[in-house]
Amino acid sequence: MVDGIQVAGVSDAHGARAVERQTVYVYEAPVRVWHWVNALCITVLFVTGYFIASPLPSVPGEASNSFLMGNIRFAHFAAGQVLAAFYLLRIYWIFAGNAHGRQIFYLPFWSRDYWAGVAHEAAWYLFLAKAPKKYVGHNPLAQLIMFSTFTVPLIFMIVTGFALYSEGEGIDSWQHKAFGWVFLIWPNSQEVHTLHHLGMWVLVTFAIIHIYAAVREDIMSRQSIISSMISGERIFKDEAAD
Amino acid sequence: MPAIESFYDVIRRQGITRRSFTKFCSLTAASLGFGPVAASKMAYALETNPRVPVIWMHGLECTCCSESFIRSAHPLAKDVVLSMISLDYDDTIMAAAGHQAEAILEETKEKYKGKYILAVEGNPPLNEGGMFCIDGGKPFVEKLKWMAEDAMAIIAWGACASWGCVQAAAPNPTKATPIDKVIKDKPIIKVPGCPPIAEVMTGVVTYITTFGRLPELDRQGRPKMFYSQRIHDKCYRRPHFDAGQFVEEWDDESARKGHCLYKMGCKGPTTYNACSTVRWNGGVSFPIQSGHGCIGCSEEGFWDKGPFYKRLSNIRQFGVEKNADEIGMAAAGVVGAAVATHAAVTAVKRVVTKRETEKL
Repeated sequence: MVDGIQVAGVSDAHGARAVERQTVYVYEAPVRVWHWVNALCITVLFVTGYFIASPLPSVPGEASNSFLMGNIRFAHFAAGQVLAAFYLLRIYWIFAGNAHGRQIFYLPFWSRDYWAGVAHEAAWYLFLAKAPKKYVGHNPLAQLIMFSTFTVPLIFMIVTGFALYSEGEGIDSWQHKAFGWVFLIWPNSQEVHTLHHLGMWVLVTFAIIHIYAAVREDIMSRQSIISSMISGERIFKDEAAD
Repeated sequence: MPAIESFYDVIRRQGITRRSFTKFCSLTAASLGFGPVAASKMAYALETNPRVPVIWMHGLECTCCSESFIRSAHPLAKDVVLSMISLDYDDTIMAAAGHQAEAILEETKEKYKGKYILAVEGNPPLNEGGMFCIDGGKPFVEKLKWMAEDAMAIIAWGACASWGCVQAAAPNPTKATPIDKVIKDKPIIKVPGCPPIAEVMTGVVTYITTFGRLPELDRQGRPKMFYSQRIHDKCYRRPHFDAGQFVEEWDDESARKGHCLYKMGCKGPTTYNACSTVRWNGGVSFPIQSGHGCIGCSEEGFWDKGPFYKRLSNIRQFGVEKNADEIGMAAAGVVGAAVATHAAVTAVKRVVTKRETEKL
């Protein structure tokens, strides 16, 4: 650990010492915005989606006095389309942004180093490794989990979501022209509903792991995690190499 | 007089006036959703086009399609069979039998090569060389392929011919296979339903005989005019769905008031058919109107997407029957428990390591 030093221009009442730390700018603004928009949209989509499949108790009174199911569906469709629009922007940012912005969109499948990294990180999570390694971007295990249970399933959810939405919009809608091919793979849309529903649970499971890992890494790892998704800066807690 | 009579020749012979004929044309044009010009086109076609020969074959099926067909009210099945088309072969309703009947197939194939319509009710089972359905001493699949060779187009009647229906339900022991998976080189129009609505069937026949071509089809090969919308889109109970008013039990207040059957497993939201607009038995009613949810009989594999009385389908891939929520909640629960355990172990380990370092 670095000894505390006095930092020029920083004043405090107790003569306390600050610690100098390395930081790297990792997550650019579009990536951060995307992250929090996703968090909000997916929360809305999960809650409304659940109530579309298993509606709330029946509303009493006249049908003309209520639009509960309609509003729930509207929120679901609106959040879904926001999610899809931001996903498109994010795809643009794969090419326009920095290297870290690309990380969760591919797997270095043929790289031996990468899989060694996954093994080491897995060992760390199984309490077998003494200390984790330092990573500027995502650690290899995180990259694997994000790619396989978030990036790809999200595409699946957007595509099946638009296909299901196109059923209400009609056979001549652009949604049906663009996404109607889903029903060539699964001709009965009940099947697509079931798969879309399973996809939701994949994302819920991902969210549990993601939030837990983010909190745990923030405490246990050698770099900042949660604040990085707000400021974009990755702060390293020690200066030791590797 | 032409070799084959036109529709107009036949109905005039039956004593129908020209006035009634033109009325019929305008009515049919209107019911198919065409503009006023179509009525005169239709009259011209019915006056001049020779009647289309139709061969109606039966594979693995229950004859519910035929039963439905003969109950058509607009147009009457009698008019379709006796006047509009030349139904040359239909083993369930024809007078001829045995070799006499089979000879008609041979004759039609030769005489009207590339001009007849092959209407197929049911489907061929492919296992054991097709031995599960023998028709005229041959496996049905052979007869089907043979007659399809020279057909102009094929109508796949009902869920059986279109998707496979109950005989193709898992585990499909006879390997019953829908028509479009067996015949690949002919235009096929799917008219699914178990059975299809009578007026839809006669409507399709009317269209083909009138215009000499298939109506516009959707991606899955169904006529757009009857199958482009879901039951749900035109259901008279739809306002209750949007309001969030559902039947929760078969005998509750909502059931009496006619609220939405979504929670009772109605498959209206995933079923493409004309039930909620055309309705059944001459427009009298349809399942939802009589208080029972739609079972999705015009959809692919509807037997395997059950239960009929629950909104979420069962998933069988995991050995036991569970729906998406049960599987998802179990997965999320296991992962949640694992995360909690992992967090606890992490905390304990951290405390222990700290103590050890302090000792050093």
